[in-house]
Amino acid sequence: MKALKKLYLGLMLTFMYAPILILIIFSFNASKSRANWTGFTLNWYVELFRDPSILKALYNTITIALLSSFFATVLGTAAAVGIDALGGKAKRAVMAVTNIPVMNPDIVTGVSLMILFIFVFKFFPAMKLGYVTLLLSHIAFNTSYVILSVLPKLRHMDGNLYEAALDLGASPALGFFKVILPEIMPGVVTGAMLAFTMSIDDFVVSFFTTGSGVNNLSILIYSMARRGINPKINALSALMFIVVLTLLYLVNASDNSKVKINEE
Amino acid sequence: MKILRVLAPALVLAVLLSGCTGGGDDQVTLNVYNWGEYIDEDILATFTEETGIAVNYDTYATNEDMYAKLKSGGVSYDIAIPSDYMVQRMIDEDMLETLDPDNIPNLQYIFGWLKELEYDPGCVYSVPYMWGTLGILYNTDLVDDPVDSWNILWDEKYSGQIFMYNSQRDSFAVALKKLGYSLNTRDLTELEAAKAELILQAPLVRAYLGDTVRDSMIGNEAALAVVYSGDAIYCIENNPALAYAVPREGSNVWCDAVVIPKGSLHKAEAEKFIDFLCRTDISLKNTEYIGYSTVNTQTFDLLPAEMREDPAYWPGEDIFRICEVFVDLGSFLKEYDRAWTEVLASK
Amino acid sequence: MLPYLLWALLFIIVPILLIIYYSLCVETDSGLVFSLQNYSRVFQPIYLRIMWRSVALAFMCTLFCLVMGYPVAYIMASKEYARKGFLLFLFLVPMWMNFLLRTYSWLTILERNGIINSVLSVFGLPNIDLLYNEEAVILGMIYNFLPFMILPIYTVLKKMDQSVIEAAQDLGADSRTVFLRVTVPLSMPGVISGVTMVFMPAVTTFIVSDLLGGAQFMLIGNLIEQQFLKIRDWNFGSAVSVILMTLIIASVAIFSMVDKDSEGGALF
Repeated sequence: MKALKKLYLGLMLTFMYAPILILIIFSFNASKSRANWTGFTLNWYVELFRDPSILKALYNTITIALLSSFFATVLGTAAAVGIDALGGKAKRAVMAVTNIPVMNPDIVTGVSLMILFIFVFKFFPAMKLGYVTLLLSHIAFNTSYVILSVLPKLRHMDGNLYEAALDLGASPALGFFKVILPEIMPGVVTGAMLAFTMSIDDFVVSFFTTGSGVNNLSILIYSMARRGINPKINALSALMFIVVLTLLYLVNASDNSKVKINEE
Repeated sequence: MKILRVLAPALVLAVLLSGCTGGGDDQVTLNVYNWGEYIDEDILATFTEETGIAVNYDTYATNEDMYAKLKSGGVSYDIAIPSDYMVQRMIDEDMLETLDPDNIPNLQYIFGWLKELEYDPGCVYSVPYMWGTLGILYNTDLVDDPVDSWNILWDEKYSGQIFMYNSQRDSFAVALKKLGYSLNTRDLTELEAAKAELILQAPLVRAYLGDTVRDSMIGNEAALAVVYSGDAIYCIENNPALAYAVPREGSNVWCDAVVIPKGSLHKAEAEKFIDFLCRTDISLKNTEYIGYSTVNTQTFDLLPAEMREDPAYWPGEDIFRICEVFVDLGSFLKEYDRAWTEVLASK
Repeated sequence: MLPYLLWALLFIIVPILLIIYYSLCVETDSGLVFSLQNYSRVFQPIYLRIMWRSVALAFMCTLFCLVMGYPVAYIMASKEYARKGFLLFLFLVPMWMNFLLRTYSWLTILERNGIINSVLSVFGLPNIDLLYNEEAVILGMIYNFLPFMILPIYTVLKKMDQSVIEAAQDLGADSRTVFLRVTVPLSMPGVISGVTMVFMPAVTTFIVSDLLGGAQFMLIGNLIEQQFLKIRDWNFGSAVSVILMTLIIASVAIFSMVDKDSEGGALF
C-alpha cells in the first residue's frame, strides 16, 4: 500500500513536471526555436542578466504576488469567518458575489476594473494606472480564492470552542487568534498559496489595469508571442524553479531538524 | 507556520523595495509602446545617449490590446507601433497626432510606395516601420506540386497537412483572394461565398494556429501553412526544407507603422525618436535584429545580396499590383465575425 | 466582514453592474441605446452550441481533476506524509512558470514529431495524433487546474478530526467503509471548493483551446474575448458573460437546494 501511494504521487508529479523539465531543457538550446536543437549554450543565462526590463518585470511580479496574496489572505480570512457565521439566504448571496471573480472571464474582470479605475480617476486627477491599480486588481481576484480555501475548514470547526473561550473571558480578538486561527490555519495557508499562484500567472487582468512603466513577467512574455518568446525567459524560469526548490528544501530541512531537537 | 516564517521577511523586503523605485528628475521620458521583441533594445540606449531623452519601453501582445488600452484614456504613450488597419482606425477615431515632416527629415529614405498606402497616404499620421506579405509556407520534402495558388490549400492530397492562420481577417483574406475578390470586401454575397469555401476546406485543415505555427513548421509538423513573410523568413532560416510563396491570385501586404497617439506630452521628442528610427544606421541595426523587410531605401542597399534577392524577404514593389493592405471595416467586421464563427462551428 | 462587504461592493458588484449595463445597450450612431437585442442573440443556436461545448469540456476537466486529485490530497494528508507538507508545494510550483511556456512544452510532448511519438517510433509503434483535438484541450485544462482541486481537499483532510475515524474503526467499520462513510462526507466542503475553483474558471478558458485545440473548438472564453477585443462589441460580449454567470449561479442554487442536508451544499 505504501509503495502504491508513492507510485501514485510519483506519477502525478511526473505529469506536473514533464512540461517544466522540457522548458528548462530548452533554456540551454542555442536555437531560439523549440523545434530545433542546435547545441548546448549558457548564453541565454548571460543575456538574461543583461536585460534590465526582464529583471524589473520579475521584481514587479514577485512583489505584486507577495503583497496581493498577503492582503487577500487577511481580507479573505476575515471575510470567511464572517460568511461562516451568516445563515441561509444572506450566506448564499454573499457566496454568489464571492464566486463572481472566479467565474468571470479574465477579460471581463480586466476591462471592468480598468473602467472602474478610470472613472474614479476623474475625481482624483493626480492618480493614474500603475503599480497600485495592478495590486488592487490582483487582490480583487485573489480574495475569492482565499475565501474558498478557508471556508471548508471553518465548517469543520467546533463553534463551541470559540464560545467557550469567550465565556472564559477571552476577548473576541484573542478568541480568534488563539482558537479559530490555529484550527483554520491549513486553509489560510493554502488560500495564500493559491492567491500567490493566481497572481503570478495572470496576464489579462494585469495588462488592462497597469500603466506605463509597470510591467510584469506575464505581460512581457505574452507580448513576445508574436515574434517568438525569447529563451531568456526559459532561463529565467529555470532559475526561478531552482531557487524555489532550494528554498523549499531548506525550509523543510530546518523544520525537520527542529522537530528532532524537540523530540530529543 | 513555517511558510509564514519565509513569507514575512520577504514581504517586508518587498514593501521596502517598492518605495525605492521611480524617482523623478527633469529629464524628459518618452513612453514607447510596442510589441515584445520588436526592436533592438540597444537602439533605445543609443537614443538616450545621443539626445538625453530617456525611454520607457512597454509592450503589448496584439493591436487590439494596445487599442483598448489607449482608447480607455487611462494611459498615455508618446510612441506606438500599430499595424496598417489599426493605424487607419486610430486616424478615423481621432486618436493620432499629425506628424510634422520638417521634424522627420529621414522620412526621405522611406520607399515612396510605402508612403502612399491606403490607410494613410502621404504619411500624415504614421511612418512605416516594417512590412511584408501574407503567403504560403511549405515544406519542399512534403509538397511536390508547384505552390503558386491558394487552391493548393483546398487540395485533398494534403488533408491533415494544412495549418491555417487563427484570425478571421487572414483566413477570409485567403478565401476571398482565391475567389478573386477584394480582401476588404463589404459585400455580403462575396463574404458568404468565401465562408462556403472555408467550410469546404475545414475538414482538410489540421489546425488554425497563431504564433505557434512557426515552431510547428520548423518541426515538420505539416506540409503547408498560411503565414506572414516575417515568420516565413525565420522559419526558412531554421529549416532549409521550407519555402515561401505569395500566390498569384494576390494576397495581403502588411505594414506596421510608428505613430504618436493623442495625449502625448512630448510630441517634439517623439518626432525626434521617429526620425531616429528612420536613420540608416539605426534602421539597418533594427532590421538585422528583427529580420523583417525593411522600409528604408538606403538600408535595403546595404543588405546582403541573398536577402535582397530572396522573394520571401523582398517580394518587390510589383507585389502591390496584386496585393492589398487591410482596411479597417468598422462595424462590418461583425459580419466577418459571424461568418468565422459559423466556419469554426462547422467542424 | 464589513471591510469585505465594502471591498466586494467596490471591486465586484460595481464592475458587474457596469457589465450588466453594457449588456443592456447597443451602439448606434446616436450613442448607446437600451436594447435586449444582445440577449436574444446569445440564444441563437450557434452560440448555445458554443456554450454547451464549453460547459461539457469544463465538466470533463473537473471530473478528471477530482478523480486524479482526490487521491493525491488523501495520500498527502495521511499520517505517513504528515511531515512532508512541502510535497503540497511541489504541486503548485509548476504553476509559477509562465502559462504560455508550459503550454508550449505540451506541444513539444504531443506533436506528431514530439516526444511521445518519438518514443513510440523507437519501439516501432505507429505514430498517433495527440494534438488539435478535444482530448488535448481537456488535458491542457486538467494540467492547469489540478492543483486547484488538490489544495482545498488536502486542507480539509489534513487535521481532520481523527477521533471520528477512530470511533468508526472501534465500531468495527473496515477501512473501506470508514473512507466512504466518514472521510468522503467530511471532505465534501473541500471537494465543493475544489470543484468551484476548477469548474468556473475552466468554463471560460480560451488560450488552451487555441494552442492545444488548434482553435477548432470555439469556446465561450474565445467568444467573449473576441467580442471585447477584436470586434469591439462590448455589449454582446457583456451579455454573453452575464448569461453565463446567471446560468452558473442558478445551477449552483438548484444544486444547493436539492442537496440541502449535505454538508457541502450548505457551503453556498
